[in-house]
Amino acid sequence: MSQVETGSNGTPKVGVYVCHCGINISQKVEISETVEFAKKLPYVTVVREYKFMCSDPGQELIQQDIREGLVDRVVVASCSPLMHEHTFRGAMAAGGGNPFLFQMANIREHVSWVTVDKKAATKKAKALIAAAVERIALHQPLERVQVPVHPDVLVVGGGIAGIHAALTLADSGKKVYLVEREPTIGGHMAKLDKTFPTLDCSACILTPKMSAVGAHPNITLWTYSEVTKVDGYVGNFKVTVKRKPRYVDEEKCVGCLECIEACIFKEGKFRSEFDEGLSKRKPVYIPFPQATPLVAVIDPETCIEFKTGKCKKSCAEVCAPEAIDFEQTEKIKEIEVGAIVLATGFKTFDAARVSRYGYGKYPNVYTSLEVERLVNAAGPTGGEVLLDNGKKPKTVGIVHCVGSRDENTNPYCSRVCCMYSLKLAHLLQERTGAEIYDFYIDMRTPGKGYEEFYERVSQEKVHFIRGRVGEITDWAMEPEEVGKLVMRAEDTLMGAVRRVPVDMVVLAVGLEPQDDAEEVRRIFNIGCSHDGWFLERHPKLAPVSTFTDGVFLAGACQGPKDIPDSVAQAGAAASEAMAIIDRGYVELEPNTAFIIEDLCSGCKTCVAICPFSATSFDEEKKVVVVNGALCKGCGTCVAACPSGALQQNLFTDEQIFHEIKGVVSYV
Amino acid sequence: MKYLYYPGCSARSTGKPYEESMLSVAEVLEIPIEELEDWNCCGATTYMAINELKAFALCARNFALAERQVEAEEEINLVAPCAACYLGLNKAQHYLGEFPEIRAKICEGLHAAGLESTGRVRVRHPLDVLVNDIGLEKIASAVTKPLEGFRVACYYGCQIIRPYAEFDDQHRPTTMDRLMESLGAEVIDWPIKTRCCGGSLTGTVQECGLRLSAMLLNEAKNRGCNVIATACPLCQFNLECYQSQMKRQFGYEFKMPVAFFTQLIGVAFGIPKRKLGLQRLFLPLPDVSKVAVCPLPSPSETKASVGGSNVPS
Amino acid sequence: MSDNEASKEPFEPKIVAFFCNWCTYTAADLAGTARMVYAPNIRVVRIMCSGRLDPQFVLAAFRDGADGVLIGGCHPGDCHYQEGNYYALRRFTLLKKLLKSMGIEEARLRLEWIAASEGDKVKKVMNDMTEAVRELGPLRLEPRAYDLIQAQPAAEIEVTTSAQEVHHE
Repeated sequence: MSQVETGSNGTPKVGVYVCHCGINISQKVEISETVEFAKKLPYVTVVREYKFMCSDPGQELIQQDIREGLVDRVVVASCSPLMHEHTFRGAMAAGGGNPFLFQMANIREHVSWVTVDKKAATKKAKALIAAAVERIALHQPLERVQVPVHPDVLVVGGGIAGIHAALTLADSGKKVYLVEREPTIGGHMAKLDKTFPTLDCSACILTPKMSAVGAHPNITLWTYSEVTKVDGYVGNFKVTVKRKPRYVDEEKCVGCLECIEACIFKEGKFRSEFDEGLSKRKPVYIPFPQATPLVAVIDPETCIEFKTGKCKKSCAEVCAPEAIDFEQTEKIKEIEVGAIVLATGFKTFDAARVSRYGYGKYPNVYTSLEVERLVNAAGPTGGEVLLDNGKKPKTVGIVHCVGSRDENTNPYCSRVCCMYSLKLAHLLQERTGAEIYDFYIDMRTPGKGYEEFYERVSQEKVHFIRGRVGEITDWAMEPEEVGKLVMRAEDTLMGAVRRVPVDMVVLAVGLEPQDDAEEVRRIFNIGCSHDGWFLERHPKLAPVSTFTDGVFLAGACQGPKDIPDSVAQAGAAASEAMAIIDRGYVELEPNTAFIIEDLCSGCKTCVAICPFSATSFDEEKKVVVVNGALCKGCGTCVAACPSGALQQNLFTDEQIFHEIKGVVSYV
Repeated sequence: MKYLYYPGCSARSTGKPYEESMLSVAEVLEIPIEELEDWNCCGATTYMAINELKAFALCARNFALAERQVEAEEEINLVAPCAACYLGLNKAQHYLGEFPEIRAKICEGLHAAGLESTGRVRVRHPLDVLVNDIGLEKIASAVTKPLEGFRVACYYGCQIIRPYAEFDDQHRPTTMDRLMESLGAEVIDWPIKTRCCGGSLTGTVQECGLRLSAMLLNEAKNRGCNVIATACPLCQFNLECYQSQMKRQFGYEFKMPVAFFTQLIGVAFGIPKRKLGLQRLFLPLPDVSKVAVCPLPSPSETKASVGGSNVPS
Repeated sequence: MSDNEASKEPFEPKIVAFFCNWCTYTAADLAGTARMVYAPNIRVVRIMCSGRLDPQFVLAAFRDGADGVLIGGCHPGDCHYQEGNYYALRRFTLLKKLLKSMGIEEARLRLEWIAASEGDKVKKVMNDMTEAVRELGPLRLEPRAYDLIQAQPAAEIEVTTSAQEVHHE
């Protein structure tokens, strides 16, 4: 159909290398039959098989054949190109070949791992090899384009993961933008009382890191702000950040609290977000004493001035630095960064969704996060745990897996609930002396010192009952149940249904993706797994990378995680980002579109459809021009070009036609 | 939109007042409702327990008849007031939708009878229709005699929201509660409104069934209610008709009227008693004009319900 | 070629799949990693984006011997390149009409949105499509239609069809 162009090399010399992948491929694909088949394919000069092509000796096979002039184009039939294309292109280059005269046939993920019948697998493997051989003859040598990298980094989310990532990057000398949606950084960790298994005070270990962020010369902290748009690509992202008006000038506010004192509301009247609604705040507030930045914020939803315009504005009157500014407006900031770390965290499961547990109906049924605030000395009750009648609970029931491991809500395990339930069991017992009934399905305590902590708590006044709680009611069947919350569960160790009357219930709510995770992932052009968590590039080998180069994940936005894991991942994400910045440049995949000017009729169809404005029209020459730096290589314009003037490197029409021919017409 | 009415066997026997009151209420609210012609048994729990496929076939014939009767509409609302019919029909419709092999078999059978079911039928409970289609506002505006003095415990039973929660929460439903409130009644909140009444056990293993009914009555009484509203003929029958036997067996005297929720709507609408089948109730509705309104007992004052130790098992 | 031998065996359809690199190809890799077994009849050609799918590729696949063609892209709104999958959808709709007019059954061409995490969907689609095409039997192109593909570049065919569309309306 078309001419095979080979540059100065004359007739192409194709080498085919079939990998056994241990037995991963060879147990389903007849290697010798495949090798014989490959020998008969066009332009094939060398066919070899090897146990592990990706190993050094495997790569050396390729390199030696190139050096000896036996081959100039290579097909490796092994795993997915998403796995090892990079490896083999490197081997090509090291052997003195052009890395783009290379094609992979995916006979592992797409063949041996998904096919039962050996004959069928061998047939399919042959077809995929034929396809690769057919197209490789038409490959052209290509060069990667190097683009300089912007040295700044954006970290999104100011919980413990974002804080740790930002500090790590800033300490290495990178300039970091830390963007947080709430008025303060700190995230969920700031709300916790103690942390398992060491019982470190959460605030004691977190607040030094928060103030370090606030004081770090390399960190630009933007709280009460959200990323609204991300353009560009790895090394050169253009990010738009919306800074919501807090009606208090951050530069002037000294955090003296005078405005809050002077507010015409004498008492707090509105739900405190920080205290999970267990305390009230005023329209002007600072979420908690260690908030960073320590700057007040005015909530326009509840402030009289914003609602009626008739407040006497006593807050502004008392503010000596004149920081209060009712005229403040939303500001849009545009920044350029080379890499992005996403650490947007999680939300806790809404316990009201499991109606049979009576959350929101019975006042003494709490979520675990509420109890964290209750037992906290700086919390709404000063650390006192009291029932709605003002008395201390004598018995407390804890329900594990609320919104986790449940077909009706979330099938996954939220990983942290068993451990924090044990911690709360310990703390509640310590604060109130109450007897604790802990209902679990399986006790999951993998982690350093975790099992030992379980052991320790089980020596305390805690009764462990293995079984999922069926319902929590105020339905008394026995005199001792009157006025109590009755927890009904099947004790699966005893083999009987039990009714346990308690004064207070703690629902160990699971972790869920943030409500706007879907929106956020679209902004950053990354994926979500089916349960809504951000998708990592590879679950084992690239756990903090995403499918968008230069965007990394840290903490629970990728899946439920405890503090140690979040911090570890944040460090990993920070160093991945650093690797890009420190190299100083990125190499772009050369799969960009290009124009054959002679064929271009100047219809501009392609100009309209490119979402990256990479195609433009040259009015003088009356042809389309492709900007290689802007082109991301999707090929949509190529498919749209009615005259075949646009082509895509590595995916030209001819290459794909040949691949199609190869994949169906041989076997 | 027209509603097709599937009476089922109980509406023509013990559940007669349910039918009478529902149709009377529909008349007042001007709900266009007509009976499904030539309907047959839904298969109920018995067939479902022994041979599901036969039960589905029975249900599917009703669907096919409905599709034949209402050709014009894309979705046909088939109203089944009996909880067992509602569940059976609903289950059949779900299975026909989810399992092609069942569907194929049933369609083959229907075809032999010259019938066809394409899945246009949506099975509805009158509670769902009244609250979600007609709306509480319209219902409230039709009230002429608000149910003042009525302290209603709404009893949903086990079938209308489980396993298919088509219109309410599976464990803590509120549809009937909101409906009763809109009629001016005081609604008693109780956590066991979806627990089993004993069902057909009361007819077979009476000891067991009675105990379950007694638990419900006792809890309702403890919470100060003076009438139980039900949405199921069997629940109504079990809770109402065995109260004297419960007295003999457990020593509790409840004297608790148990009415269909549609009867209570009818009372609030001022519909004559006979049109609501009130004369068929064994225990008359509370005469609220004579009842002194006393405060409700607080939870701490309530007594324990019928429990394992109180009742011979 | 082995075609003659194969014809004696029960019919095994050959299906060519065009999967986008970011969602569907990755999902197919995931299905592999998770060892989800599915019908071996579908052979995947990787393209960077479903927007790269030139309708000619589909015609070429049928010409070269495919009994069915499957196109896989990211879910609407999820395209790695923002909107390539919408263009794929448009072309698919037009292409289906063209194929119909050529006498190629509708079930032989299928478009599926499969996200990177949906390995199980890959398995389901692969099996479903294989069964559907198996039921249709081997593709027998009408000689006239076959000549049409051979003789004319697809761009022209596209133009002709659009003209026919107008005619129908």
